[in-house]
Amino acid sequence: MSLRNITFKEAIKEALACSMSKDKRVFLMGCGVTSPDGIFGTTSGFLKKFGDGRILETPIAENGMTGVAIGAALTGMYPVIIFQRIDFALLAMDQIINHAAKWHYMLGGRKSIPLTIRGIVGRGWGQGAQHSQSLQALFAHIPGLKIVMPGSPYDAKGLLISSIEDKNPVIFIEHRSLYDLSGLVPSGYYKIALGEARVVKKGKDVTIVALSAMVREAQRAALTLKKEDKLDVEIIDPRCLKPLDEGLILESVRKTGRLIVADTGWKTCGFGSEVSALVADSGFKYLKSPIRRIGLPEAPTPTSIYLERIYYPGADEIIQAARELVYGKNKINSCNRRLLMKRRSYDNRFKGPF
Amino acid sequence: MSVQTLKDLLFAMLKIRRVEEAIVRLYPAQEMKCPVHLCIGQEAIPAGLCKSLNTEDLVFCSHRSHGYYVARGGDLKAFISELYGKLNGCSQGKGGSQHFSAPEVGILGSSAIVAGTIPIAVGTALSSLMQGKNIVTVVDFGDGATDEGVFYESLNFAALRKLPVVFICENNSYATHAHQSSRQAKDNIFQKARVFGVAGMRINGNDVQEVFKSCSKAVHSARKGQGPVLIECMTYRWMGHVGVNYDYRLGYRTKKELTEGMKNCPIKALKEVLFRKRILKKSDLLKMSEKIDSEIQEAVSFAKISPAPHYTELLRDVYRT
Repeated sequence: MSLRNITFKEAIKEALACSMSKDKRVFLMGCGVTSPDGIFGTTSGFLKKFGDGRILETPIAENGMTGVAIGAALTGMYPVIIFQRIDFALLAMDQIINHAAKWHYMLGGRKSIPLTIRGIVGRGWGQGAQHSQSLQALFAHIPGLKIVMPGSPYDAKGLLISSIEDKNPVIFIEHRSLYDLSGLVPSGYYKIALGEARVVKKGKDVTIVALSAMVREAQRAALTLKKEDKLDVEIIDPRCLKPLDEGLILESVRKTGRLIVADTGWKTCGFGSEVSALVADSGFKYLKSPIRRIGLPEAPTPTSIYLERIYYPGADEIIQAARELVYGKNKINSCNRRLLMKRRSYDNRFKGPF
Repeated sequence: MSVQTLKDLLFAMLKIRRVEEAIVRLYPAQEMKCPVHLCIGQEAIPAGLCKSLNTEDLVFCSHRSHGYYVARGGDLKAFISELYGKLNGCSQGKGGSQHFSAPEVGILGSSAIVAGTIPIAVGTALSSLMQGKNIVTVVDFGDGATDEGVFYESLNFAALRKLPVVFICENNSYATHAHQSSRQAKDNIFQKARVFGVAGMRINGNDVQEVFKSCSKAVHSARKGQGPVLIECMTYRWMGHVGVNYDYRLGYRTKKELTEGMKNCPIKALKEVLFRKRILKKSDLLKMSEKIDSEIQEAVSFAKISPAPHYTELLRDVYRT
């Protein structure tokens, strides 16, 4: 199996093709799966390759179609339902939460739902309030669901294959801003176990638990912190919110004594809060400083490019937090929102329109 | 219709009725600690429908599911134990009355979310088509479910793909306490299928022979690949929406309306036909009742001495490992 440099979206596409070629019970459904764009390129050409019996264009009926996927999963199939925007999955919350998540339990374990739900988080080019929500915490609240959120092409492929083969409903969340990220990915079939975090970078001064698109931001922050502050941070990518690899996070905090959690979602009741609570509960004695959460401010996503720039936290905020934790808040200049408006960010590369 | 079929239909209805009546009798002891939605007065629909199915066909139910479990031949001991929250229940006490299932007889689940199982049934129909299996799925729901958007989403997709699914609407006029006329602009549920190109019919849901014939026809045509069918079965709920009491005192319907509705008893109607045709003797009926009652008694005794779930059950089965 050769390693090649491919993008995140190519990795997703390879995972789907791998799973479908390996197992005839796997099929794809969703709005746009047969469109020429093919869900941002992740399903393009599949209609020709696998046929309309396995690539199902669906009506714009999210709840009903999710129910259909559940029924198929209940009777021997391995459906993957795709929401081009995870915001659209909100219309299917009844089937996801009331049905998919509970069926195995309510039936006393006699039937399971091997269902994968792909949801894509938008960002940039004015996607606005209803096309860019990062809803992982909402799903992670629910027992019975597994939540996966890869941060690299390698993880995206291996985790998606595992998600499809899993006997449970899995919410697989892809951040659109990672779609063009390149990385080394094996050409063939491989799996990454759900619930195993990854040490992205070893370090000793601060633990940064970074999720999805925040992994890249943490890596950028690490370079600056090394160069300008001589700080050696450790980056942990949990890869799954549920099941969560608590051990690896606690082990890292035991070593560094400091924790930053960088999430792509809102801070309130978010993934950052969950990891903070975990460390406060089980790793309090290791902490040399308070915990910092990096997350979205308490507002819907603005459309204006000017506001969008300050809406999304990134490497700057992580750098700021790390400095505060190590040197104390008063020793450094605080991050200036007005300066942040000038920063070069993801939106400079993303040309839209969708 | 053969004599045996008629007797089977009567037996099934009688068994459902006696099971529900046993629950009415036992419920006040406060040992069955779960909400129950009884189907007394509506027995002809599960009895007639289930008789029209093959053993491998699939059934999905709503919260009012007891009739289907019984008519399909689900294990009565596991049924009663489930109501008692015991380990020997069909879901080890994790489902209760609102989530009855019996995969061994093709009942893959019931939902307490109105219309919740309708799209899932469409999904199993899709799955059977994809796998080249000759299985028909039927889904039962109340008139209230046709208020829901997902009902229309499901009808559309089933029609689009010509799926082998039969939609059974038990129109008992009430969703909880709200009459259909207070919720729907028109009293035409069966016609709602037609705009999707789905065959829709309205039948007397308290005439078990009519239910059996209509369902057999619908199931047959679905199996032949002629697409879904919606059957609106007109019926009447005798008991309250939930619980084991008559509820006219609440004031949303009158005692007179209830009394009128109860005159149209599906079991009484079939019994009269069978007596008139001399197919059934009083002694046959007595034998039937005795057989049913002893099975119920056995199930109740079994359930009562069944062990409670161990505390480790709480976190088991959240995920399939």
